[in-house]
Amino acid sequence: MPTLTRSAAAHAGRRRDKRKHRLAALMFLGPAAIVLGLLVYAIVFTIGRSFFDAYGGYVGLANYKRVVSEPRMLVAIRNNAIWVAIVPAVVTALGLIFAVLTERIRWSAAFRMVMFMPLVISSLAAGVTFRFMYAGNPNEGFINAVIQQVVHVVKPPGLYPGGRLSVEDFAVAVDGGFESREFVQVGQQANFALAAIRPQLIPETATELRVPAPSPSGITGVVWLDFLSGGRGTRGQPDPEKRGLPGIKVEAIQDGKVVGKAYTGNDGSYAITGLAPGAYKVRLSPESFRQPFGGYYWLGRDFIIPALILAYVWINTGFAVMMIGAGLSSINRDLLEAARTEGANEWQVFRYITIPSLMPVLVVIFVRAIISVLKIFDLILVVAPEPVRADATVLALEMWNAAFGGMNDHGLGSALATILFLLILPVMLSNIRRFRLEQQ
Amino acid sequence: MRLNTRLFTLLLALLVVFVGAAAAEEWPDLSGQTVNVVALWTGDEQRKFEDVLAEFSALTGAEIVYSPTPENLATVLGTRVEGGSPPDIAALPNPGLLQDFARRGFLVAVDDIVGDLVDQYYAPVWRELASVDGKLYGVWYKAANKSVVWYNTNIFAEVGAEVPTTWEEMMEVAEMVDFYGITPFSAGGGSSWVLTDWFENIYLRVAGPEMYDKLVRHEISWTDPTVIEAFEYLKQVLGRPEWLAGGVEGTLEANHPQGIIKPFVDPPQAAMVYGADFSVSAISTETNAVVGEDALFFPFPSIKGSPAAVVGGGDVAVMMKDTPGARALLRFLATPKAAEIWASQGGLTSPNKGVDLSVYPNEIVAASAKALQEAEWFRFDLSDLVPQEFGSTAGTGMRGGFQEFVRNPDIEAITRQLEEDAKKAY
Repeated sequence: MPTLTRSAAAHAGRRRDKRKHRLAALMFLGPAAIVLGLLVYAIVFTIGRSFFDAYGGYVGLANYKRVVSEPRMLVAIRNNAIWVAIVPAVVTALGLIFAVLTERIRWSAAFRMVMFMPLVISSLAAGVTFRFMYAGNPNEGFINAVIQQVVHVVKPPGLYPGGRLSVEDFAVAVDGGFESREFVQVGQQANFALAAIRPQLIPETATELRVPAPSPSGITGVVWLDFLSGGRGTRGQPDPEKRGLPGIKVEAIQDGKVVGKAYTGNDGSYAITGLAPGAYKVRLSPESFRQPFGGYYWLGRDFIIPALILAYVWINTGFAVMMIGAGLSSINRDLLEAARTEGANEWQVFRYITIPSLMPVLVVIFVRAIISVLKIFDLILVVAPEPVRADATVLALEMWNAAFGGMNDHGLGSALATILFLLILPVMLSNIRRFRLEQQ
Repeated sequence: MRLNTRLFTLLLALLVVFVGAAAAEEWPDLSGQTVNVVALWTGDEQRKFEDVLAEFSALTGAEIVYSPTPENLATVLGTRVEGGSPPDIAALPNPGLLQDFARRGFLVAVDDIVGDLVDQYYAPVWRELASVDGKLYGVWYKAANKSVVWYNTNIFAEVGAEVPTTWEEMMEVAEMVDFYGITPFSAGGGSSWVLTDWFENIYLRVAGPEMYDKLVRHEISWTDPTVIEAFEYLKQVLGRPEWLAGGVEGTLEANHPQGIIKPFVDPPQAAMVYGADFSVSAISTETNAVVGEDALFFPFPSIKGSPAAVVGGGDVAVMMKDTPGARALLRFLATPKAAEIWASQGGLTSPNKGVDLSVYPNEIVAASAKALQEAEWFRFDLSDLVPQEFGSTAGTGMRGGFQEFVRNPDIEAITRQLEEDAKKAY
C-alpha cells in the first residue's frame, strides 16, 4: 500500500511539476506572444492599407504601380542598391582591419572604446554634427576649414580678392588676371579701372590716384578703384577722388613671356622701365585677385551620397571593431602558433587562420549592416539639405515622406513599407537559417 | 430734413454699436471650467501665448490647458476629433487646413459668436480667409508679413544707395552693391518657402490679386503668360548665381535662418535678403547686428506700378467644440487686448486693426504691422493655399520646382513641370 500511495503522490507531483512548467512557459512566452501579435497585426494592417489610397478608397495595386513608375522612387531604389552594395562590405572590412590592428597595440581596449563611441550617440545628433562638418563655407564647415588651411599655404588669397575690371574696354579678364586687349608701345600708358573691391580691403596708405608721366624707356600707368559712393564719377575714367590700388604686380609680356614688371605705388601708379622699344601686352597678375578657397559643397548633389555613406561608416565601424575584436580573442591560440611554427607568414596566418575562424562573426556583422542600411532614414533626413534630398533619398525616407512628411498618403506609405519589408525579409530568413545551422 | 434725421439716427445707431462693442465686453464667469487649447507655439512663443491665456483666466476664472503641438498639428487634431476629444480651441497655421477641417465638419461656424468683432477689427480679407462657403470659422490671431526685404544699412550707406521702392530701383541698387564689392542678395534656398515666397510676391505685383486667386485655384495654368512674366522677374535675381551669396550651391545649402543672416555677419556676405518680419529673431540672436540700426527692411518693391501689396501668413483660431469656455476664449482672442499682450513682448504681428501700433516693441515690427494693415492688396502665402501635395511636400511640386529653378533657371522647363505637378495634385 505504501508503495502505491507513494507512486500516486509521485504521479501527482509530476503532474504538478508539469503544470508548473506549463505556467512558467506561458509566463515566458506570453509577453513574447503579445509583442509578436502586435507585430503581425502591424504587418498585416500595413500590407492591407497599401491597397487603399490616401482617403481610404480601394485602389488595388495602384500604389505599387506608382512606386515603380515615379522617377523619384526609382532614385530611392537605386540609392538603396548603392548603399547595400557598398556599405556592409566597407563596414565589415574596416572593422576587420581595425580590430586586427588594434589587437597588436597597447591600450587596444581604450582604442576600441573610442571607436565604439559614435554608436552611443544618437544618429540624429551624429547627423547634425556631420551636417556642420560638411558645410560649404570654410568659416562653418570643419572639413573645408582644414582644406582651406592647406590650400592657402600653396595659393594664398590675393590682396584684392574678387576684384574685377570696372569696364571691359581697354583690357579683358584672362585667367584671373587682366590683360590689355591691344599691344602697348614703349612710351605709352596702360591704365586699369577696377571694381568690386571693398574699400576696407585697400591699405590705409593708399591715396588718391595719380596718372604718371609717360616714360620714354618703359610703360607707365595707374590702377585705381573705380567705385565712388552714390554712383558718382564716370566709370572707367580716372576721376579725382578715386583711390589708387597699391601693391598690384603689373607685367609686360612679349611672346608669352614676362619681360618686365613693377608694383603699383600708394597712388596706384606704376612704371615698368628698362624695356626694349617695341610692343607689349600689359597684364595685372592674377595673384592679386585670387579668391580665398571657397569650400567644396559636400552637401551638393554630386557628393551627397558619398558624404552620407562616410557619416554612416563612421558611426557603425566601431560596432564591427568591437564584435570582431571579441571574435579575435576567442580564436584558438594554438592554431595560430602552430601555423607560425610551420613557417606561415603573418599574411598567411591572417588569410588562412584568422579569417576563417572569424567567418561567423563577419557574416553576422555583414548581415546586420545590410538590414540597417536598408532601413537607413534619419541620417539622410538630417544631413541632406532639402534641395538635394530628392537625390539622396531612399525607400524608408520616401515612406516617411509619403505617409507623414507632407503628402499624408498612408496608402502609398504602406506600399513603400511593404516593399521595404519584402526586401529585408530574405536577408532575415537567411540569417535565421544560419543561426539554426550553427546551433545544430 | 427728413434725410438728415435719418442720417442722424443711423450715425447714432452706429455710435451706439461701436461704443457698446468697445466698452461693454462682458466676460462670463467660467470658474471651474476647463478650456483645452492646441496650437503649434513652443518655447518663447509658448511663454508669450500663455501670458495671453493667463489674462483670459484672470478675466473669467476658467482654467486653461494648453498643449503645444509643433509637429503634425493636422494629424494630431484629426486624431483627437476621431477619438471624440477635440480641444475647445485650436490655432491652425493656414487657411487650407481651416477649409479642410471645416468641410470635414471638425469646426463650429462662429459667425454668431465673433462675427461682430471680426467685422469691427479686421479688414474684410481676413474674414474671407477664415470663411468656407460663406460661413465664418475662425479669427486670425497672428499674422506674418512676408513682403519685406532686409538689408544691411551700413553697406547701403557705404555704397550711397537709396532704399528702393520699385523693382527697377532694387536692381539698380543691386548693381551698385555688386560694383562696390558685395554680393547683392542672399537666399536661404534650402528652405523652399523662401524661394516660393519670392515668386508669390512678384506674381501678386505682376498679375494682381484676382489672377493670384485664380492661380491658387488652378483656374489658370502655370504656363500662363502672367506666370512666365513673373518668372522673368524672378530670374533677374535667382537666375544670377553671381548675385547670390555662395552661388547656386551656397544658396541651396543654407536654410532660412542661415540665409537671412548672411548680410549681417562680419564680414557681410550679402547686402539684401528677402525674408519675413519674423526673421528679426534670427538676425538678432545669430548676429551682432542691431535690428533697427544695422538691419532694417524695406517693403518688397512695387512692380509695374503695383500698389502696396503684402503676401502674408498667419494662424487662425478656430472652435472645435461648442462650449461656453470656447466661445469666450474665441471672443477674447479677437480683441485687441489679446493681441497686445503678446505683441508688446515682440514676436507677434497682429492683423487686428484695433491693436495700437505703439505697443510693438520697436519701429520695425510696428512698420511691418502697419504694412499688413494698410496693404491694398493682401494675399495669403500661395504655397499654403494650394493642395499640400503640390505646395508643401519636400522635393516635389512648388518646393522641389523652385529649388530646381535656382540650379537651372529655365522658365519653360519649370512652368511646364509645375503645371504637370499641379494637374496631379488638384
